[in-house]
Amino acid sequence: MAGLTLRNVGKRYGALSIIQGLNLDIHDGEFLVLVGPSGCGKSTLLRMIAGLEDISEGTISIGGKVVNDLPASKRELSMVFQSYALYPHMSVRKNLAFGLQNFKVSRTEVESRVAEAARILQIEQLMDRKPRQLSGGQKQRVAIGRAIVREPQLFLFDEPLSNLDAELRVQMRAELASLYARLGTTMIYVTHDQVEAMTMASRIVVLRGGKIEQLGTPQELYTRPQNLFVAGFIGSPKINMLKARTTRDAGKTVVSVEGMPDFAIPELPAEDQALTLCVRPSSLRVGNGDVTGQGTIRLVEYLGSETLLHITLPSGQVLLACDNGRKPYRIGDPVTIGFDLSDLHYFDSRGQRIEIIQNESQAQ
Amino acid sequence: MRRFFARNAPAYVFLLPWLIGFFLLALGPILASLYLSFTRYDMVSAPRWIGWGNYEYMFTRDRRFWKALEVTFSYVALAVPARLIMALGVAMLLDKGLRTIGVYRAIFYLPSLLGASIAIAILWRQLFAADGVVNQVLAMVGIQGASWITDPDTSLYTLVVLAMWQFGSPMLIFLAGLRGIPRDLYEAAEIDGTPRWRQFTRITLPLLAPVIFFNLVLQTIESFKTFSSAFIISNGTGAPADSLLFYTVYLFNEAFKFFRMGYASALAWFLLVIIAAFTAIAFFTSKYWVHYENERD
Repeated sequence: MAGLTLRNVGKRYGALSIIQGLNLDIHDGEFLVLVGPSGCGKSTLLRMIAGLEDISEGTISIGGKVVNDLPASKRELSMVFQSYALYPHMSVRKNLAFGLQNFKVSRTEVESRVAEAARILQIEQLMDRKPRQLSGGQKQRVAIGRAIVREPQLFLFDEPLSNLDAELRVQMRAELASLYARLGTTMIYVTHDQVEAMTMASRIVVLRGGKIEQLGTPQELYTRPQNLFVAGFIGSPKINMLKARTTRDAGKTVVSVEGMPDFAIPELPAEDQALTLCVRPSSLRVGNGDVTGQGTIRLVEYLGSETLLHITLPSGQVLLACDNGRKPYRIGDPVTIGFDLSDLHYFDSRGQRIEIIQNESQAQ
Repeated sequence: MRRFFARNAPAYVFLLPWLIGFFLLALGPILASLYLSFTRYDMVSAPRWIGWGNYEYMFTRDRRFWKALEVTFSYVALAVPARLIMALGVAMLLDKGLRTIGVYRAIFYLPSLLGASIAIAILWRQLFAADGVVNQVLAMVGIQGASWITDPDTSLYTLVVLAMWQFGSPMLIFLAGLRGIPRDLYEAAEIDGTPRWRQFTRITLPLLAPVIFFNLVLQTIESFKTFSSAFIISNGTGAPADSLLFYTVYLFNEAFKFFRMGYASALAWFLLVIIAAFTAIAFFTSKYWVHYENERD
């Protein structure tokens, strides 16, 4: 096992800069997820760590050793590719053994490691099949098995579940999590799916435009997003964003949102009058709250355990609210919605989080 | 039946030019040559049926036929692997993601366009002549070159070199095949510390096998049919000492120099049998070494 350190790491293709001055410490035995929208540089970063892409600037160290100029094979890591990258002309057994045969590993050792990986991943009955005879989930297991047999210091996963259907993705997610619990090896996992990130990560790095937007545990990212991008990216269904204005009144800050009654909060640290308020759909309640307003139901999505309501405010803005799924709703029904002040996230005009001591705030 | 024609009439109208061409220009002569192969025919008097006479003569008494077979088989055995290795080598060099790859592809394909031309065969004769460019270059480094074309021991090799130089068309097919191998297979191999040579033998060659097979069959057929370069370089005689007596050159001479059209037809049919046999062997053995990704089990 090994930790990983990235210092001022950058990647350029000619004039185009993909990753800029990135600093990151990945702890020994950690499951770190790199998440972000397409083109944010997450796969490039993973490939730089793997040694498949050159580093334009900065240093990458694995286990305290700078690996910038070390070929991929000397970095003691394994990678699982999105496409599985299984050799189509080889049986599962040969696929698993192929990489080991390049290192001076005895034949009996190769056989025992292959058998152990097959047992862990429950693919023993597939060993003589070719990849074309396997389902997507089985292929993915073989790809993971190929990574396991190397007994690497570091596992890299490049969107490994993207090609699977929804049901299999959930199943493989759980299997990966239990594999991590069992091996305890440092894992770096790239995905664009924030649900995958939230469910598996020890810590998550949210990337945008080659820069880190926020680094933290799934709970930190969900409960205290540092900027509007992270607030919008993490959490499903997507967080509600409301444009607000503030005014000063007798030592308090009064917040005005179109279509909702004004409410007071303690003084803001910055002299910023234009805010964005965010509230998660799960915190937007039907019927009550510290602040309530009127809306009309525009769409009802019944999901069984909950009902997702699309509610139009008088201002025309649409908010999402999760209800417990017990009450029937109809499109066009008027509805009272509300939220508690403690559930609000405040962001300034630059989209950065503003911290407010919630228990001093009160509704007017 | 009437309904069948009524329904398919437009298709047959569009197929008509090809059907006319096939029946009159291809199938007619093919069947005629099969008939003529059992006759004695000098293009002046009517063909005379002699049964298996031509074939019997070919296998039992015609020593030049056996010489032509020997020359052609030697050529195929040398030229096909040489051209395929050359084509694969260049294709792998071009498969490096160069920006100017289009230009290089065109440049490397050029010899294949020119290669079949009479002019190149004449140029080849000049290059490998006793006082040709090849020997002049060798003389610069102090090597006394042979008389490559007029020496029966080396003449065939000059044609093998010409065949190697015409690697363009299999090279393009190899290049397309190489492009079809997913990059991440090599990346996975790279991470697993697979040396380049092992990547080539264990990943590239097996995954390229369908393309190699296709090129092998095509180039074998092409090489058995080699004519114009051998004809020009040997002045149409197969000289020196019949060392360039390619099967097709011999066949041509029998047909159009000595007007033994019946015998030439028999030669042509036997060449077809040889080519068919080699193709059949290639197809039969392919199941042991050609892997198709989407093969049904």
